[in-house]
Amino acid sequence: MTLFDDALLGARRADFPILNAGIEPVGGKRTALVYLDSANTSQKPEAVLKAVDEHYRYHNANVARAMHTLGAQATAAFEGARDKVAAFVGGVSQEIVFTKNASEALNLAAYTLSSRLSPGDEVVISVAEHHSNLVPWQMACQRTGATLRWFDVTDEGRLDLAKARADHLINEHTKVVSITALSNVTGALTPIREIADWAHRFGAVVIADGSQYVPHNPTSVADMGVDMLAFTGHKMLGPTGIGVLWGKYDLLDSLPPFLGGGEMIEVVRMAASTYARPPHRFEAGTPPIAQAVGLGAAVDYLNAVEERVPSRERGQKPKTLQGMSAVAAHDATLTEYALDKLLSVPDLHLIGPKVPVDRGSVFAFTLADVHPHDAMQVLDSLGIAVRGGHHCARPLHERFGVQSSIRVSTYLYTTTAEIDALVDGLMEVRRFFKVAP
Amino acid sequence: MIDLHSLYQDIILDHYRAKHHSGLREPFSVEVSHVNPSCGDELQLRLDRDGDVVGDVSYLAEGCSISQASTSVMSDLVIGGTVEHALGLYDGFLEMLEGQGAVELDEDVYGDAIAFNGVAQFPARVKCAMLGWAALRDAILRTGGEK
Repeated sequence: MTLFDDALLGARRADFPILNAGIEPVGGKRTALVYLDSANTSQKPEAVLKAVDEHYRYHNANVARAMHTLGAQATAAFEGARDKVAAFVGGVSQEIVFTKNASEALNLAAYTLSSRLSPGDEVVISVAEHHSNLVPWQMACQRTGATLRWFDVTDEGRLDLAKARADHLINEHTKVVSITALSNVTGALTPIREIADWAHRFGAVVIADGSQYVPHNPTSVADMGVDMLAFTGHKMLGPTGIGVLWGKYDLLDSLPPFLGGGEMIEVVRMAASTYARPPHRFEAGTPPIAQAVGLGAAVDYLNAVEERVPSRERGQKPKTLQGMSAVAAHDATLTEYALDKLLSVPDLHLIGPKVPVDRGSVFAFTLADVHPHDAMQVLDSLGIAVRGGHHCARPLHERFGVQSSIRVSTYLYTTTAEIDALVDGLMEVRRFFKVAP
Repeated sequence: MIDLHSLYQDIILDHYRAKHHSGLREPFSVEVSHVNPSCGDELQLRLDRDGDVVGDVSYLAEGCSISQASTSVMSDLVIGGTVEHALGLYDGFLEMLEGQGAVELDEDVYGDAIAFNGVAQFPARVKCAMLGWAALRDAILRTGGEK
């Protein structure tokens, strides 16, 4: 049975040089790479590599301040990337702040919004947050005297909305709600609109950490109903070193600067300075120019992805999807396949929803009493790259009573054959560490 | 090709399954907590120091086979010996791990710890093998070092 259009998927995989280069793993024989760590960072297609290379080769100059021809080219390319990213999430260009990663985007939000926090105020996050959407808010609360509160998750790994409502978690004291849109551990999708509407009734600012959501789903900031959205380029086929904070313009315009320096100013005098309008107010110093160009190319690539999905009605021709709907459809098919296969592995305990409903293609689990770091090592020797550890979500692991887990995550280039190879690899882990059958 | 079995030698897996000196004990001179933040391994280690002698080492630890076995072997090697000897073992063990295969441990001095020679070929696991040793060194330094 073929779940995917092999020609389309084959052509897509051919776009990613690293997927076809093979690997000589430490402790194993030269083999094909099975890359199942895309939630950590995605691989890069030729189009992105070429865009970065050509920028440095033919158009390199500093942006905004270089007045010569190359400077104009670099500025146009950098601002062009901002336009593409804005359209990608349904925002406008002046609302897109480039940062170095999602962590910096969330720190920017936490730092600037803490100018509005004081003792008695509450900031709400969840136990499922990545440390980058947790520690900045802890720091903001420590600085301001505000109180940090959080959503729990259900045993299935979904955000526990019922408990939160019963506890009046969000209330008249809530000033900020910052929640992941899709957990990097459980894969659970957050009902972000519902939470945003609830928080807005109390006038709170709502932020979504879209690091895992944006690379995998069609994104509309209007539909999400949030005030800010943070995400990162390297998880969506782009280069490392560039992240994004989208924020409603009026909100951004009301916030103080984050980092000081060149480009974020209007007039500088020795006594005091005035600041630029958003987004430049938040972009001190030379920004990641080539990285922005690469991210723009990644957005173009994602918008052009095609996926053919079987029609639900008999006798009808398969439907062709394009762009992020195609990426999401690929994810959905693979999620159903992977859940079925993984749950058939003896002694595998999944952390997160076991049904392919409202969840992404990230799967964290434990395998018997084999430590995740050891399981990862055996899989790595077979050319299978997964992550072992707490995936920067220690409190969530504590919530489930485990110290760490093995995490498998897929992307638009992942095949069902790779999931099969993973399952064979997990059986080898069992044999290697002599797990009783 | 480096074989995976050179990392996971039987001695290591044996220590992992039955850790020596595991569990926190009294009396102790100092207790230290060490973690490996990237993978989450956590270790609480107690040192009972009697002048320049390591009277006892006990610990509560959770982590991978390499970190657990290494802590177990370390406790065997240092309990009852001098503090100076323990610090010397630490230096030699670290030198071997960072040597990428160029340095081998002497079995007469290191006993079961020679099973960790293979870890030097797996740079990502050096931190695992050092967790217990780093905690021991910290505990010694906090109780006056070699004095």
